[in-house]
Amino acid sequence: MNQETARYYVPAPSTWPITGSIALLFMGFGAAFSVNKIPAGYWLLTIGFSILFYMIFGWFRTVARESEAGKFNDQVDKSFRWGMSWFIFSEVMFFAAFFGALYYMRVLSVPWLSDLEHKILWPDFAGGWPASGPGITQKFTPMGPWGLPAFNTFLLLTSGVTVTWAHWALKLNKRGQLKWGLFLTILLGFLFIGCQAYEYMHAYSELDLKLTSGAYGATFYMLTGFHGFHVTLGAIMLTVIYCRVLSGHFKPEHHFGFEGVSWYWHFVDVVWLGLFIFVYWLV
Amino acid sequence: MAAVHHPDHGHGHEHEHHGAPSGIMRWMTTTNHKDIGTLYLWFSFMMFLTGGVMALTIRAELFQPGLQLVEPEFFNQLTTLHGLVMVFGAIMPAFVGFANWQIPMMIGAPDMAFARMNNWSFWLLPPAALLLIGSFFVPGGAAAGGWTLYPPLSTQMGMGMDMTIFAVHIMGASSIMGSINIVTTVLNMRAPGMTMMKMPLFVWTWLITAYLLIAVMPVLAGAVTMLLTDRHFGTNFFNAAGGGDPVMFQHIFWFFGHPEVYIMILPAFGIVSQIIPVFARKPLFGYSSMVYATSSIAILSFVVWAHHMFTVGMPVSAQLFFMYATMLIAVPTGVKVFNWTATMWQGSMTFEAPMLFAIGFIFLFTLGGFSGIVLAIVPVDIQLQETYYVIAHFHYVLVSGSLFALFGGTYYWLPKWTGHMYDETLAKTHFWLSMIFFNVTFFVQHFLGLAGMPRRTPDYALQFADFNQISSIGAFGFGLSQLLFLYVILKCIRGGEKATNQVWEGADTLEFTLPSPPPYHSFETPPIVK
Amino acid sequence: MGVKMIAKIITGAFALTLYSGAAISSYQLNLPAPQSGIATQIYDLHTLLLWICLAIFVGVFGVMFYSILKHRKSLGYKAANFHHSTTVEIIWTIIPFIILISMAYPATQTIISMKDTASPDITIKATGYQWQWGYDYLKGEGEGASFYSKLSTPQEQIRNKAPKGEHYLMEVDNNMVVPVGKKIRVLLTANDVIHAWSVQELGVKQDAIPGFIRDAWFKADKPGIYRGQCSELCGKEHAFMPIVVEAMEPEKYTQWVANQKKKSEATVVDVNKIFTIDELKTEGEKVYTANCAACHQANGKGLPGAFPALDGSKVANGPKAGHIKTVVNGETGTAMASFKHLSDVDIAAVVTYERNAWGNATGDMVQPSEINEFRK
Ligand code: HEA
Ligand code: HEA
Ligand code: HEC
Ligand code: CUA
Ligand SMILES: [Cu+2]
Repeated sequence: MNQETARYYVPAPSTWPITGSIALLFMGFGAAFSVNKIPAGYWLLTIGFSILFYMIFGWFRTVARESEAGKFNDQVDKSFRWGMSWFIFSEVMFFAAFFGALYYMRVLSVPWLSDLEHKILWPDFAGGWPASGPGITQKFTPMGPWGLPAFNTFLLLTSGVTVTWAHWALKLNKRGQLKWGLFLTILLGFLFIGCQAYEYMHAYSELDLKLTSGAYGATFYMLTGFHGFHVTLGAIMLTVIYCRVLSGHFKPEHHFGFEGVSWYWHFVDVVWLGLFIFVYWLV
Repeated sequence: MAAVHHPDHGHGHEHEHHGAPSGIMRWMTTTNHKDIGTLYLWFSFMMFLTGGVMALTIRAELFQPGLQLVEPEFFNQLTTLHGLVMVFGAIMPAFVGFANWQIPMMIGAPDMAFARMNNWSFWLLPPAALLLIGSFFVPGGAAAGGWTLYPPLSTQMGMGMDMTIFAVHIMGASSIMGSINIVTTVLNMRAPGMTMMKMPLFVWTWLITAYLLIAVMPVLAGAVTMLLTDRHFGTNFFNAAGGGDPVMFQHIFWFFGHPEVYIMILPAFGIVSQIIPVFARKPLFGYSSMVYATSSIAILSFVVWAHHMFTVGMPVSAQLFFMYATMLIAVPTGVKVFNWTATMWQGSMTFEAPMLFAIGFIFLFTLGGFSGIVLAIVPVDIQLQETYYVIAHFHYVLVSGSLFALFGGTYYWLPKWTGHMYDETLAKTHFWLSMIFFNVTFFVQHFLGLAGMPRRTPDYALQFADFNQISSIGAFGFGLSQLLFLYVILKCIRGGEKATNQVWEGADTLEFTLPSPPPYHSFETPPIVK
Repeated sequence: MGVKMIAKIITGAFALTLYSGAAISSYQLNLPAPQSGIATQIYDLHTLLLWICLAIFVGVFGVMFYSILKHRKSLGYKAANFHHSTTVEIIWTIIPFIILISMAYPATQTIISMKDTASPDITIKATGYQWQWGYDYLKGEGEGASFYSKLSTPQEQIRNKAPKGEHYLMEVDNNMVVPVGKKIRVLLTANDVIHAWSVQELGVKQDAIPGFIRDAWFKADKPGIYRGQCSELCGKEHAFMPIVVEAMEPEKYTQWVANQKKKSEATVVDVNKIFTIDELKTEGEKVYTANCAACHQANGKGLPGAFPALDGSKVANGPKAGHIKTVVNGETGTAMASFKHLSDVDIAAVVTYERNAWGNATGDMVQPSEINEFRK
């Protein structure tokens, strides 16, 4: 163990965080202006996002370099593991809020609104699920589970297998299989995103299922939308990891960057299973 | 990079880091837990003054019945922003500041686990504060729906509400990162021999607080996200016409909100648990039961949220469940109060400012806890909900609770941080002024609430006039007393009697083995804990 | 009552030091005197809680202050060194638990009776509007009565331009009238945002949630006027939407009902009646002042940023249909709520008024029949 790794690595002062904060300052004001249709907002938002991407790539590059330079001892590695686990837990809680909303609407508010008491206010509302709500007259068709969604489930589950395969190969130092495993995972991930985009277009154009379609529409799009967003992030992260693999990063006994991303990917997978069951299937 | 530093005469951590930026850049780029702790503490103090000025404006308007100073619109903005700024800007960051300074030193670590991310956690706060304060200046003004942001009122607001929503997102991200950092530091960075059950209670309470934060901040983010899409993208989460329910927001908000109030009190319990044994010169009574009590409070805090919603018209079974669960929290909290009392019992006590604030804390927090129990009883809460009784309750637990603990903790560790003793006489004066004026301000609000004065109103019926006047006088007294606090701190930073390593006679935690002020990197080589 | 006394002494001390000369007797220290069975139960429950808390408080802080006085270093007291005792810790976990049960038991009983809204004598629907209450008598004696109830304190008093009256902010134009000794069930809902209907003396507080129905009940023991206030933040005039319940002897109530009937018969108008523009404008101004001026201001200039000016507004000077639509349906997601609860005549009048007031001079008028048509 050399001089550097004996000690817990404390990074030197860095400008990345403050760069990120400036990005968020722009994004915060930009978003607030944009949703109120103030044109300057779109500019601020664009600038903010650009700075943020610059910061994310710069920051992660710094970390990757530190890692390859052997500055992270086992204790640092363990910190990363704890950190990533708790980050994923926080994501789970974020989704919990939306699943909670789905539960509340399906099991509580829609039945309430259609009960006898509420006939005074909503005489014609029949309730049931999928429902749009008593004040929305536009009809829609719910999304069935066994077409594209089932295929999507298949895609994501397979990608969970391929990423595990890649991990296994990395541990045994079989770089060829590692590359293939990762490549397939990324492919499946982007395929999923493509299918999801197609599904949305289908829903909007043929099923009349919109974000504004009341309870069902709101929960459907918010849950699948945030999931899709997380898949996209995951797929980008996988791509970054793939590039690092191509340039020879990661060792059989030291590859937290890879593992962190694969954990994230599994998390996205599990959320999808929840979605498939509660949003698509049990209608 | 991890260069060894020696403390040099008196200026403590102020000195140069090899090749490190200086001036303002030092503060913007620092990865040092003490620098970041300092940033947090100053930031929170400024926000405290900002929120305090809003409170004083509120109290000035309420000095007399009738509308004299501000329009009702603006009054509601002040109330809302006062709540948000105090909770998210003053109290929470102050505790994170303490965590940054103290946790690495108390467990014998060189720094926080993720030193660079630590910097970002702090620097996310100023943009969020700018969004919050800036919202006063946009058309329509700041959010005026109360800090609880209940729809549909909050869907009616203008752009200020969107700025608040994004500020909450950013502060949430900051809290989550900060908490992940703290959890990881505590779990992974302890010095050899520092087992979990040897950790100082401040570290324990923060560990549990950090769990709470990681669990509930994302839920709040989800809630305000739904608010945002309801406002601008046509979703109907909180709109009955679309099958949603305004009350659903309240459920999600309070699922965050109740743990949130414990987030603001558990670290305070930690600070008080450090102070009491030191000035009683006697070990803390019931260390392990303190740990279990803290954990029980944290776990229970997830199943009591609807006690804020006893008047929304829940089924009777739900009302009963939430009432019983809420009442249960008195048991572990009582254990804490009794343990502190037992620690003082047969001690050899002295009463320096930290001890005074700690005792003041126990005394007044318990009063606030009792009014909490009164509110937990559904039929009584139905009379008192949304009245000044609630305002009195939570200022007892937040101001004479969290804030007093923060004052106590500041006096307790200030000599360690600056290397100088503070002015004891002035500090004691600060305590007594705060103690008296605090009670003048808030005790009478119990009576206002019982008599039925609604909260969040700029004007009131004549029968409430006298107590409001007293309360307003108290508020100005309390506010002015805080300027004394500022003065004591500035004076202490600039000089004063040199502090020893141990600072206090009874102090025995790890930070008191370090020089005062401590070296730039606290424990370059981990200490061995016996 | 003892608790009252102690509280009185404490506040008396505060009051004297801070506000010397003030008459202590005007300081109300407790819940208002209860006027219904439930309110009485709550009052007693609260007294019980106070006593228990006071006892614990004295117990705990008795010990602590004894220690603070005696066990101090300055008296040369040497510290003991004990730091736990399992027995003691178990005891002080169990005792609070038992105390809590003694609090929960009576509370549970009260909750169950509060929630029992079954078999009422009279059912009244109360609707919260920004910022007034609407009452519709749905069932029981008085069925069919329907009116709005709005703050009657004049602006001059609020703006400190006139001396404040005895019931400053706690008075309305139309009281909600009920007979004593009858079980009144109140159905609550709201038109725009959440409000809360609350009368402490009767032991009721219930949120009024837009789009949902919630209920509560009370039975007034004695004739009298009971006052409360909206108890959920509902926007800028939240402080100014009181609730006044007038409980009468049943005979007087019957009379009131008869009067109410007569009044409503007198005001029934044929939707097809044709009004003149002046009639509409005069009537419209009244409706405007009562319903719209809080936001759009009496001078039609609105409050920049929050509420648009109607004077010169595109909608008020554009096609009639758009104007009617805005008023009847409101604008979702803004403070402009639906005003479909107003009568056809009122809406026709207010729209006509807005189109011809201030600088607006469209010269057109809207007849109630047009509103009736629009609603279909
Ligand atoms: C630091 C913050 C903090 C803390 C610690 C607490 C602690 C408690 N709170 Fe409080 N609360 C708030 C902050 C806090 N609260 C805020 C901000 C609001 C209002 C939010 C808003 O609407 O804006 C609020 C509102 C609030 C309500 C809703 C009121 C309403 O809107 O109608 C209720 C109701 O149950 C409640 C109850 C309690 C209880 C039972 C405790 C318990 O944890 C207290 C336990 C402590 C003790 C009981 C004392 C010590 C114990 C003993 C000495 C043992 C023996 C005692 C007995 C056997 C009784 N609180
Ligand atoms: C979290 C902590 C916290 C703290 C510390 C405080 C501190 C204070 N609060 Fe409050 N308060 C809340 C949290 C807090 N508050 C919350 C959550 C609400 C509910 C909001 C809602 O309903 O949505 C609330 C609501 C609230 C109300 C009810 C408003 C209403 O319902 O309309 C009132 C009224 O008296 C009040 C008063 C005060 C006062 C007098 C203080 C004092 O302790 C403040 C003392 C500090 C100062 C006065 C600053 C001192 C500085 C100066 C005097 C110097 C000025 C100089 C310069 C600027 C250079 N607060
Ligand atoms: C609670 C506040 C409030 C009340 C009360 C209110 N309005 Fe409005 N009104 C608004 C707001 C806010 C808008 C802006 C809506 C938007 O942004 O589309 C508005 C818009 C309007 C407009 C369209 C103006 C324009 O140029 O866009 C008309 C017409 C109008 N209101 C008429 C009325 C009438 C008639 C009443 C009473 C019967 C009334 N309003 C009561 C808040 C209110
Ligand atoms: Cu209506 Cu407050
Ligand atoms: Cu709570």
